[in-house]
Amino acid sequence: MGLNKKDFTLLLIVAILCLFAPFILNPFPEGSAMAQFNAGYPDLMQRLVIFGIFAIGFNILFGLTGYLSFGHAAFLGVGSYAAIWMMKLLTMNVIPAIFISVLVAGLFSLLVGWISLRRSGIYFSILTLAFAQMSYSLAYSVLTPITGGETGLQPKVNDPRILDGALAAGETPRANLFGLQMNQSYEMAVGNWIFTFNAGYYLAALVMLVAFYISIRIFRSPFGMMLRAVKSNQQRLNYTGLNAKPYTLAAFVISGMYAGLAGGLLVAMDTQVGAERMFWTASGEVVLMTILGGAGTLIGPVLGAGFIKYMENIVSKINKSILEQWFAFMPDGIEDLLITLVYPFIGKGWHLTLGILFMLVVIFLPGGLVEGGQRVGRLFKRKKSADDKPDGKTTPAE
Amino acid sequence: MDAIILQILNGLDKGSAYALIALGLTLIFGTLGVVNFAHGALFMIGAFCAVTLSRILTLSHTVIDETQKDFLGNPLKVDVPYIYDIFGQATGDAIIDWAVPISILFAIPVMVGIGFAMERGLIKHFYKRPHADQILVTFGLAIVLQEIIKYFYGANPIPTPAPDAFRGSFDFGAMLGFDPNTIIYPYWRLVYFAFAAVIIGAVFAFLQFTTFGMVVRAGMADRETVGLLGINIDKRFTIMFGIAAAVAGLAGVMYTPINSPNYHMGMDFLVLSFVVVVVGGMGSLSGAVLAGFLLGILESFASMAIVLETLPGINQIIIYLVAIIILLTRPRGLMGRKGVMEE
Repeated sequence: MGLNKKDFTLLLIVAILCLFAPFILNPFPEGSAMAQFNAGYPDLMQRLVIFGIFAIGFNILFGLTGYLSFGHAAFLGVGSYAAIWMMKLLTMNVIPAIFISVLVAGLFSLLVGWISLRRSGIYFSILTLAFAQMSYSLAYSVLTPITGGETGLQPKVNDPRILDGALAAGETPRANLFGLQMNQSYEMAVGNWIFTFNAGYYLAALVMLVAFYISIRIFRSPFGMMLRAVKSNQQRLNYTGLNAKPYTLAAFVISGMYAGLAGGLLVAMDTQVGAERMFWTASGEVVLMTILGGAGTLIGPVLGAGFIKYMENIVSKINKSILEQWFAFMPDGIEDLLITLVYPFIGKGWHLTLGILFMLVVIFLPGGLVEGGQRVGRLFKRKKSADDKPDGKTTPAE
Repeated sequence: MDAIILQILNGLDKGSAYALIALGLTLIFGTLGVVNFAHGALFMIGAFCAVTLSRILTLSHTVIDETQKDFLGNPLKVDVPYIYDIFGQATGDAIIDWAVPISILFAIPVMVGIGFAMERGLIKHFYKRPHADQILVTFGLAIVLQEIIKYFYGANPIPTPAPDAFRGSFDFGAMLGFDPNTIIYPYWRLVYFAFAAVIIGAVFAFLQFTTFGMVVRAGMADRETVGLLGINIDKRFTIMFGIAAAVAGLAGVMYTPINSPNYHMGMDFLVLSFVVVVVGGMGSLSGAVLAGFLLGILESFASMAIVLETLPGINQIIIYLVAIIILLTRPRGLMGRKGVMEE
């Protein structure tokens, strides 16, 4: 496949993780106290991989060229709108929807990138932010006929859908892949465990693997080397007589298409769109994911996206009574103290935890989780050479 | 004509807020060279200083009022603010009524303190890191500050009224000789504009006419040389950070009667303020103030009915549109200096 051995192993690991995610994310039996840490339900698993795609795409721009875009959610939103219109007009099959979302987001990012890339540094960030905020405001106000405004869009029973046959009475339009419905799941019960295999998740995971493979190829290609050169010293690149703009613009459009792909998949899994997914906090979130995981590394953005989406779902579910359960074994005074200390960080306080975590990563670990993994790995290696003791710990690749 | 004056007036209060925040942002950028994404959070904390003070002032204890009876005939319990016990009822009421202006005194030390803590504790370590890192860490800090405020004050806007004397509106048009009732303007917005003008004037005067300001300006122009002259420029820049934080905080305090403070108001203003700074020209103080008022007024002109008829939705995007045009045609902004932030 044109990959060297290390990259192939990495791709294989990610593929295996995706394949067995319903098992890996569901390690605790149903009904046990730890069951709330299970993440093996379709909605969350879909989000994990879809935002993984979004972050992989963002990383191609930010990680390779160093251009910090604060407006990538706009491309995700535009892709979503394009996909939902395909579903309303053409067919509920997800293939045309996903295809058109990539195309439209690519065109839109070509326009935005062509203008924004005339400047660099903070000016570039502000320009992309301005475009994203404009798209958001317009989607909310003037473009309501196209975007549905505050209510958003969802497929209706009486939409034209020229390729689909007429719906039976009482039937609602559902996203499908040649008849295989996206929300269709197969549940497997093993003892107390229930594992859910969801059609939509596997489609999204497959798309993510392809996206990940393309990203590896871009990282290892001469084109990727040029992008890195832009990051390390654009001036020197210009002095050698090269125009960096076509390269950065290509990177921008590719990452915009990735965002559109993520947007289209979001619609394929959950057939509705609202303008709020274009708000600038959504753009901020993908920045957080990429940095937290490790910008400029292959696996980092996927890790970051998975970590944030998992924690967001799990930490926000913990409430006071669960905390009381956990700390019940302690003496009363200490228990109360611990609960008051921990309480602000859980449930609704998830964003506080995220903010603190993010600051810590930027301050102490600029390379993100990947760098953290490498540091731990080095620590073990040093120990090994000193004591010559084998240990079972494996170091993360890349 | 009267419609134009009305729109200019309407733009002034928002423009004042933009100008004050952008001024602080530019002060920090010009002195320390740090892009501070947490500046909007400082604006928000300022607003919550006003909320906090008005809560402190209305702290009450319950007493049994023998003169009033409830429907069962028992003496009624009434809440009496502690401030009545200290100053008596009339003065106490007046103090509670004037809580927002009094908060200025309360907010200055708090904001300067927060500014010092931020600079010494966090931003100091980011001078040598790339701008992207500075943006990211202050962005994280902004999230943390806003979530802390949300934890203590809840997610809903907290109405904080202006003093009674300024609560109404007045007929500005009649004063200028137009027909009555064409230009109605709330008192507090005029107060806000005057206040912003005073603060901006004070900051400029401080930089222009004091020795301290002179040294700071010299440091902005050439930090290294000033350091070589044996002046501890870092200390002065830290103080400037405190002042910038106080300016943002005061802008927030006085804004509370116009817009009830909520925890994400800072972020809402921050995005626009950055646009203002960039339009004005990175590192130019007068550019920031000018662009602030200009964009505020433009925004209010864009929301006129006659404009909206021809260009629907323009009021939502005018600021961003202007920013894009300015950045592409005048890359340094309106009054930007050469060599600032031009990688």
